[in-house]
Amino acid sequence: MNWIDAHLPVLPVLLPSITAIVLLLIGDHGGEDAAHGHRKLLWARRLALASVFVGLLIAARLVAEAADGGVRAYLLGEWPAPFGIALVVDRLGALMLLLTSLVALPVLWYASGGWDAHGRYFHAIFQFQLMGLNGAFVTGDLFNLFVFFEVLLIASYVLMAHGQGVVRLRVGLHYVVLNLAASALFLIGVSLLYAKTGTLNLADLALRVPELKGADATLAQSAAWLLLVVFGFKAALLPLSLWLPATYAAACAPVAALFAIMTKVGVYAIWRVHGVVFGADAGASAYAVESVLLPLALGTSILGVLGALAAHTMERLVAWLTVASVGTVLVAVSLFSTAAWSAGMYYMANSTLVVAGLFLLAELVAAQRGDAADRLEPAAALAQPALLGVLMLLAAASAAGLPPLPGFIGKLMLLEASSAHTWQVAVWATVLSVGFLTLVGLARAGSILFWHVRDDLPAGSYAGSSPKLVGATMLLLAATVAMSIFAAPIQRYTADAAQQLEDRGAYARAVLDTQAGRSETTRPYTGTVTAPPAGAASAAEALR
Amino acid sequence: MSIEFLVASGIGWVVAVGVYLMLRGRSFAVVLGLSLVGYAVNVFIFSMGRLWSAAPPILGAKELLADPLPQALVLTAIVIGFATTGFVIELALRGHHDGGNDHVDGRDEAGAQDAGAR
Repeated sequence: MNWIDAHLPVLPVLLPSITAIVLLLIGDHGGEDAAHGHRKLLWARRLALASVFVGLLIAARLVAEAADGGVRAYLLGEWPAPFGIALVVDRLGALMLLLTSLVALPVLWYASGGWDAHGRYFHAIFQFQLMGLNGAFVTGDLFNLFVFFEVLLIASYVLMAHGQGVVRLRVGLHYVVLNLAASALFLIGVSLLYAKTGTLNLADLALRVPELKGADATLAQSAAWLLLVVFGFKAALLPLSLWLPATYAAACAPVAALFAIMTKVGVYAIWRVHGVVFGADAGASAYAVESVLLPLALGTSILGVLGALAAHTMERLVAWLTVASVGTVLVAVSLFSTAAWSAGMYYMANSTLVVAGLFLLAELVAAQRGDAADRLEPAAALAQPALLGVLMLLAAASAAGLPPLPGFIGKLMLLEASSAHTWQVAVWATVLSVGFLTLVGLARAGSILFWHVRDDLPAGSYAGSSPKLVGATMLLLAATVAMSIFAAPIQRYTADAAQQLEDRGAYARAVLDTQAGRSETTRPYTGTVTAPPAGAASAAEALR
Repeated sequence: MSIEFLVASGIGWVVAVGVYLMLRGRSFAVVLGLSLVGYAVNVFIFSMGRLWSAAPPILGAKELLADPLPQALVLTAIVIGFATTGFVIELALRGHHDGGNDHVDGRDEAGAQDAGAR
């Protein structure tokens, strides 16, 4: 038990990667009707579900530890922090880990209902995706963030094309190319930051960026802008959000539901880099991107909800709602206050669960509507209008922010937090009107799906509504209801998490050196060799 | 002309070519553009450790030191870039097979115009 406890922070990364390797070794089911292949698929399902469940337990344990402890640093191979690879679990990181597992478990259960047989190696790729997500949430290093971004992206490229088809391949190509271009920008931003500070460790960066002045600070800020483009692209921030609806709508339902957490990786990275490193105490670089992030975030919300109103299929509507919810979370991030960040975390957790649930629900509904599928037009009556209708109502009310569901609590916290801000009017107007328009959009979709019944068509079949599929969807929506019931403890946790996030000193003390709270490094080189180890300077003289 | 100027303008030129290619309508050109941008970015990372000549990246040597970290980073970036390029080529080939043409939007007539213009 002690051994597991000591290595707890690395387990969220190790567990899915080992599971994925074992799944690869088990092999693919190959062909849906082969009896031998079917047994392999069954084993793959059991193993994957067990692994994700253990992952959920680990994440819950980490959250419990983070709730009453400080920042926990894990040094891989015991290399000291700014030089080696450091994993850091603080309250925000632990919360994101838990959220990932909470989304992954029902989604995987849903996928086991049949989608995983539509392509090859679904379960292995799914585990690699989880490894990338978890890694991005625990890493304490900007370059490792890039590496884990790539891991989760490569897995997502394959999941995106899962199930094949011309549309998925075409949209998948767009998705891959855009992400590769963003990765190039990520590398440029990271290396610029390295050139100016001589470190990529987030704790160390938070100490060194405030020391930069003049031209150096300007260059570091331009790196921050580049990184904002990259993270904004992942999170679907305003001018970079148009890829998302097409991609998510083309992906199969469980994959789209899992992707609901992927936009949050971008939000999380913005939080870490622009919220903390370039945040309040960053000296000359303080609030480097605030002036642009807030208007763009507000615009993202509005664009998202307008897209949802104009959508002609249910999947596209949900995809646009993802954009709107990301906008709302980014508004909270860009308000730069503890209360707003706490609200943002609460709202992010809720909106991720709701959006994932809606993606699954959209497919359940579509499966019972015959040829119309998820197009918003009159079609045959559903086989289970009451069950699916209640689920839809629940999800819609939470997405729009109606009391007593958690969407309401999150938005209320956000409105309160913005009350002294200069942009208060804009924030209130946007958040409230986005909530209202979300409700209008979902009400329109709901009334078409459930009430505009064409009598000339035969009633829908029970296709695609096995207890497994419905149960997985219910589980996700039940999680959002639970967020409402346990609102007080969760709110306390997010408030603590926001406070912890702002305390860059404590983070640095935990990650770097426990005594000094300050790393020793010879970098960055200035060109005139004075800083490097003894001997180097005289050698430079000798070379001249 | 300093070596820094040469390297910087070289990176700029390769990125410009890469961006031009990425904006083309054929997935083959797009892949080439991505690779070129990837190369330029790799050189950029490398040069962010400053440009040194005749300096080994080994601590403790009685000489001038080059910064070893960007060299390690660039190795990682090269490996990842190689893997993703391989994947995107496979994806483009698959799209070409299933869709019948290698236009990025899958539209044949637009592709035909593009080819005719050449």
